Amino acid sequence: MSVRRVAHIAGVYEHPLREIPDKTVAQIHAQVAVGALADAGLTIADVDAYYSAGDAPGFGALSMADYLGLDCNHLNDTETGGSSYLLHVQQAAQAIAAGHIDVALITLAGKPRTGGAGPGGSARFSSAPEAGFENQFGMGVISGYAMAATRHMHEFGTTSAQLAEIKVAASTHAQHNPNAFLKDVVTVEQVLESRMISDPLHLLDACVVTDGGGALVVVSDAVAKRLNRHTIPVLGTGFGFKGANSGRVDLTYTGARTSGAAAFEEAGVTPSDIDYASIYDSFTITVLVTLEDLGFCEKGKGGEFVLDGALQAPYGRLPFNTDGGGLCNNHPANRGGMTKVIEAVRQLRGEAHAAVQVPDCEIALAHGTGGSMATRMGSATLILGRD
Amino acid sequence: MSDSYTSYLPAKPPETNIETQPFWDATAQGRIDLAVCDDCGFIPWYPRLMCPDCQSTSMTWTTMAGTGTVYSYSVTRAGVGRAWKEHLPFVLAYVQLDEGPIMMTNVVACDPDEVEVGMAVTAVFDDTGEGTAIVRFTPTH
Repeated sequence: MSVRRVAHIAGVYEHPLREIPDKTVAQIHAQVAVGALADAGLTIADVDAYYSAGDAPGFGALSMADYLGLDCNHLNDTETGGSSYLLHVQQAAQAIAAGHIDVALITLAGKPRTGGAGPGGSARFSSAPEAGFENQFGMGVISGYAMAATRHMHEFGTTSAQLAEIKVAASTHAQHNPNAFLKDVVTVEQVLESRMISDPLHLLDACVVTDGGGALVVVSDAVAKRLNRHTIPVLGTGFGFKGANSGRVDLTYTGARTSGAAAFEEAGVTPSDIDYASIYDSFTITVLVTLEDLGFCEKGKGGEFVLDGALQAPYGRLPFNTDGGGLCNNHPANRGGMTKVIEAVRQLRGEAHAAVQVPDCEIALAHGTGGSMATRMGSATLILGRD
Repeated sequence: MSDSYTSYLPAKPPETNIETQPFWDATAQGRIDLAVCDDCGFIPWYPRLMCPDCQSTSMTWTTMAGTGTVYSYSVTRAGVGRAWKEHLPFVLAYVQLDEGPIMMTNVVACDPDEVEVGMAVTAVFDDTGEGTAIVRFTPTH
């Protein structure tokens, strides 16, 4: 069953702060929930479905629904890391299509910067079947992605300077975002001269670590019609799981290959129809490989694709991450999927910063990557339109 | 195995379980034993006792040659916890065993800048002191 145009994003909210030492994670969830509902013209009392992921404290959706005072009978705590919130939009659309719900609230919050703790859900990992075979080698998040970059360079000749172009584009956008964690424009040379963390990825190839959060409100057609708001129809959705394939490791592609194809098919559009793209940018290599997997260029040609300001708004071939993305603006709770959807909605509403607003933005793509490109990941793609 | 090799990276006892205990027991004796599917011949990494390809539960622990090639790698130079900090820079890698499976590991006892994709490597075993060893690799000379 297609969910094309059965669901609409009616409200979005991104927490304006990047350091939040004086609030709990639950408080931040509540702040962004109320913010997104207000944006939609709705209240907590209107919510009949709640979605959270591994960043939700305690018993996840159960704890947070109780804390928020929700009176709803549809809870979903699907955890796929940073892509969770895009998958939640798909799941909410499916539940709306089935007639089960009308107003879904999706929240994200975390404090990796001042809270001293990583994203929630880590307790689940200690008994993972892979634990003994991957936890002995000093792998960090960045070194896993660095192995993907090394292999991409080996197979396709991708260069560090090409990866740096992605950071340059993000920083060019971030200068216009007063809330961005990093607002300075950087050059390719500055990226290449920044400290090498894990060859071939430099400090400036990596996303920021920020406190914060965000929320989405997804509603049925009937609710969208009675709201006095510029609601955004969900045209296409897709999810892709890619694992380590039982030892047949291939680091050159992501689950975006699957999620993107599904989302494009459901929306009935092709990559050339996309006016703006929010691409998950935990690291520069994440963007480059994802662009290939979504079909914006051939496999192995991502390095060429990002040259010549291709990703820079408003006039590049594919303006991306106009809020500055995870590389410069915000990567709340070490999970960048939520902010990807929020900026895509801003673009479609014409509410992005004037300097980076894509003219006549009619179809946007948002993509999330969760887990690790080095091992197992969940990729989620949304294609959004205008009414 | 390299006779001159001395273990130096952290070798914390791994989290073991009843499914993969034979793998860990073999590491303590300087072997890589993997469960090979009796029905389709597949050798899954990490080891498991139901074949993910054909769902057979007839799997036989079999000793691998302990040699392979580097599939990919990264030289970590910063951004690690206390246990690893004094060992910077170190090489994280995926090594493809000659029998097929690609496993996560470290390449040790060499200049990190000499490591390359495709480099031939040989297993070494870092004793954890608790009846297990961590499998790492050195360049094959």
